[in-house]
Amino acid sequence: MSKSIVRALKCRECGQEYPIEPTHVCEFCFGPLEVVYDYEKLEGKFTRELIESRPQNMWRYKELLPIDGEPKVGANNGFTPLIRADRLAKALGVKELYIKNDSVCYPTLSFKDRVVAVALSKAVEFGFTTVACASTGNLAGSVAANATAAGLESYVFIPEDLEQGKVLGAAVFGTNIIAIKGQYDDVNRLCSEVAGKYGWAFVNVNVRPFYAEGSKSMGYEIMEQLGWKAPKHVVVPMASGSLCTKIDKSIKEFIKLGLIEDTGTAVYGAQATGCSPISKSVKDGTDMIHPVKADTIAKSLAIGNPADGFYANRVIKESGGWCEDVTDEEVIDAMKLLAETEGIFAETAGGVTLGCTIKLLESGKLPKDEPIVICITGNGLKTQEAVINEVAKPRLIGASLKEFDVLAEADGVKSND
Amino acid sequence: MKLRVYLNFDKEKVTEPVIWKLAKKFDVITNIRTAEVKEDMGLVGLEIEGKTEVVEAAVKWLEAQDGVHVEPIEQSIVEG
Repeated sequence: MSKSIVRALKCRECGQEYPIEPTHVCEFCFGPLEVVYDYEKLEGKFTRELIESRPQNMWRYKELLPIDGEPKVGANNGFTPLIRADRLAKALGVKELYIKNDSVCYPTLSFKDRVVAVALSKAVEFGFTTVACASTGNLAGSVAANATAAGLESYVFIPEDLEQGKVLGAAVFGTNIIAIKGQYDDVNRLCSEVAGKYGWAFVNVNVRPFYAEGSKSMGYEIMEQLGWKAPKHVVVPMASGSLCTKIDKSIKEFIKLGLIEDTGTAVYGAQATGCSPISKSVKDGTDMIHPVKADTIAKSLAIGNPADGFYANRVIKESGGWCEDVTDEEVIDAMKLLAETEGIFAETAGGVTLGCTIKLLESGKLPKDEPIVICITGNGLKTQEAVINEVAKPRLIGASLKEFDVLAEADGVKSND
Repeated sequence: MKLRVYLNFDKEKVTEPVIWKLAKKFDVITNIRTAEVKEDMGLVGLEIEGKTEVVEAAVKWLEAQDGVHVEPIEQSIVEG
């Protein structure tokens, strides 16, 4: 079962097909390229039993990821917990709620470890020795860590005002970390020029079609962990909109391969109000995405002109889902609610996803009596600035039982005496 | 050089012949490869070909137009 079933790269707009190469744009119409597969080659061979017999990482679904043979990078990435979140469900008045918790994804605590594992494995297959990315945090850390573990040189481009924790979270891996002076658009422009000029694998430029496929592993895991069922409703955070489309693709693939039944999954998108071009397009009933200048604490979702916005919009509408967006205050409230009910410290993007879920429940777009899966994609330790002034400070006492007794009494705690 | 960009046009710019003006002002070959124009927004995938400095000046001019948003074809490469 090592023969790849990848057929080609195919333009999502005009359908033109290209050989498997490090390229991402259609030469004819500039449309984005996507990996397409010959699924019929897997018929009867890719079974639940085969998948279950494999180690618990994202590569147990390797036939549906665009690599040749075994992964070259990130062999242990993925397979995060899907937890039944009963305490949060109770707080929200929901019957059945699950959290797919990629805040503990190996090795850098975000779902980016999935996409980077595929991108870098493919980069090695193509013969690249240097990999690069432009990032506001999670991707930078993931590229740096996965590259160094595979003996690859890496260059990571970040905006100059990035939080110290995120700079450290990439720099510690010995990557070449480059801070760019200027606005978000300047970083974007420079990196697109660098990507064109140097012979590097830029994970989200020239190997983007492969990179993006890594997100499907999150969807596969959800379905397997639900007991080989598709979620009825799934809420996904959106930056470029790619994850949203790939979760949808993963479900359609499992249905096509007979691994699950088609029970109709509605996909919902979550954005921060300060950067909500996709949410706005869905709410306005249009399919055109108006670029915005991002202004939100959810920096990992702050993409003002989302590359996959149009496709995310389509997936959401066709699946019967909806979009919502939340303010920075609502993000923080949701982060705290998730932490205090389920013991999960998600990054700001997680606050966006839960915050939007709450709004979708309130508006009735999400039914309270059907199973819902929420996708948490990153760890709160990376965005501590967001909540540092929102949580209780430690109460300081001397190392004396008397002082503690006073405190305990004030709390209404009874002693054994 | 050949440069590939996406142009987003705001509502007020949709009816203006921006690409015609560009080709009049600068010695570049403009080649529209994809386009979707609606009454409140336009999106054009454009290839601009010419001497490097002329192409760069042409892009600068485009960026200076109110209601026109210029993105390299490798758009949104900064990720979370």
